[in-house]
Amino acid sequence: MKCVKTTLKGWKEIPEGCAITEPGSSVNFDVTAWRTSSPVIDQNKCTKCGMCFLYCPDSAIEIDEAGNYRVNLSYCKGCGICAKGCAPKAITMVKEGH
Amino acid sequence: MARRVGISGNYAVAYAVKMADVDMIAAYPITPQTTIVEKLSEFVANGELDASYMNVESEHSAMSACVGASLTGARVFTATSSQGLALMHEILFMASALRTPIVMANVNRALSAPLNIWNDHSDAMAQRDAGCIQLWVRSAQEAFDTTIEAFKIAEETRLPVMVNLDGFILSHMYEPVELADEDEVRKFIPSRPLENRVSTKKAHAVGVVGPPEYYYEMKYQAIDAIEKSRLKIKEIDKEFNSRFGKSYGEIEAYGMDGAEAALIVMGSIFGSAKEVANSLREEGKKVGVISLRLFRPFPIQEIRRAVEGIKAVGVVDRATAPGGVGNPLYNEIAAALYDMPERPAIQGFVAGLGGRDIRQDDFRLMYSATEKAAREGAGRCIYVGLRE
Repeated sequence: MKCVKTTLKGWKEIPEGCAITEPGSSVNFDVTAWRTSSPVIDQNKCTKCGMCFLYCPDSAIEIDEAGNYRVNLSYCKGCGICAKGCAPKAITMVKEGH
Repeated sequence: MARRVGISGNYAVAYAVKMADVDMIAAYPITPQTTIVEKLSEFVANGELDASYMNVESEHSAMSACVGASLTGARVFTATSSQGLALMHEILFMASALRTPIVMANVNRALSAPLNIWNDHSDAMAQRDAGCIQLWVRSAQEAFDTTIEAFKIAEETRLPVMVNLDGFILSHMYEPVELADEDEVRKFIPSRPLENRVSTKKAHAVGVVGPPEYYYEMKYQAIDAIEKSRLKIKEIDKEFNSRFGKSYGEIEAYGMDGAEAALIVMGSIFGSAKEVANSLREEGKKVGVISLRLFRPFPIQEIRRAVEGIKAVGVVDRATAPGGVGNPLYNEIAAALYDMPERPAIQGFVAGLGGRDIRQDDFRLMYSATEKAAREGAGRCIYVGLRE
């Protein structure tokens, strides 16, 4: 499964000495395939306390223009910490591929 | 002006490092290497060498510090032996893949157990696959010259270079050494600053994760670099010759004209092997000897050319690979000669482990077993001088 969003470079094209010369390139790394379940946010129950945003180890929780919390599924590994930390129980972990 | 002095092999290395005008030295003392860094610490302390001398708590730290310093563009040096080299093991792989041109002297000593401070090649052979260039010397003079060449090889290939010299036999033996003129050395290896790869001026992350999508390609760069270093090593040796009138080549073949059987050796035992070959020649035996100066990259073509027309070669290993097909040098030679249309029989020997002397009689035994292999084919590895 392809996990890198950009075109994979050959050995002649990548910088010498295992270096990364492009800052912030980890955003190109797609971890979708790592997940077995994903968080679903019930916007009616969400109090916008921001705990999921703070707790997410992969910074996969984003805030949209309307101020609502959304999950960026390209980076979510499905660990469920956001659901555990959600006081109003607005986040449910839903199994994928079943 | 070049001058002739009486110094030990270790001091020869230290003088070469001083003339290379290194910026940083990190080392941890270990017998029989200690006097290299001891002499260098004197040079730094008395102002003869303007370098940062870093005392570290282990060889693991010494090599780590060298990698870091090298990434800033500094010219760096370290030296070690045996257990010290073993402790550097994981960092050596990083040094090659991160393409840091570190020069290190490894004063060859047996690995424990049992604890032994004497000479064999088990330390360097255990680092065979670390991606470092490995040069092997046979005299104090060669230790001096090779260390100077090593800086140029390292910086032009951006790979770590290990200069191997036999513990005590070379490291502590005083020999006449011609020290090259310091200005000439500086012209050969000018102290131009290398690229600072950890500068804050541009984004450049090193020591990164290489996921399955990239590890292979990143690793291959270092594999390609050591393959391509073959040509550089040749060119640099040629340039050294034009400046200093000395050339060492990848291998040295001795008495190979009309030879039917030849020993293949590494390090200081070349001298004894030549001596015994001379005596045997006088007795009418058609024997010769080949010595490897380069072990990584392995001089495949040079070896194949040297053994053309030879009926048998005897490979003298001073390290073992327990449970393997053969021992380290034997395996390399066997693989290098395998697809020759008329390859010689290959007889394996183990000799001189843990500082055991390899005497003239031992060489006579090895030459005669190789001659026997020429007539009857090679037998199993012979452990020369082993008591039952």
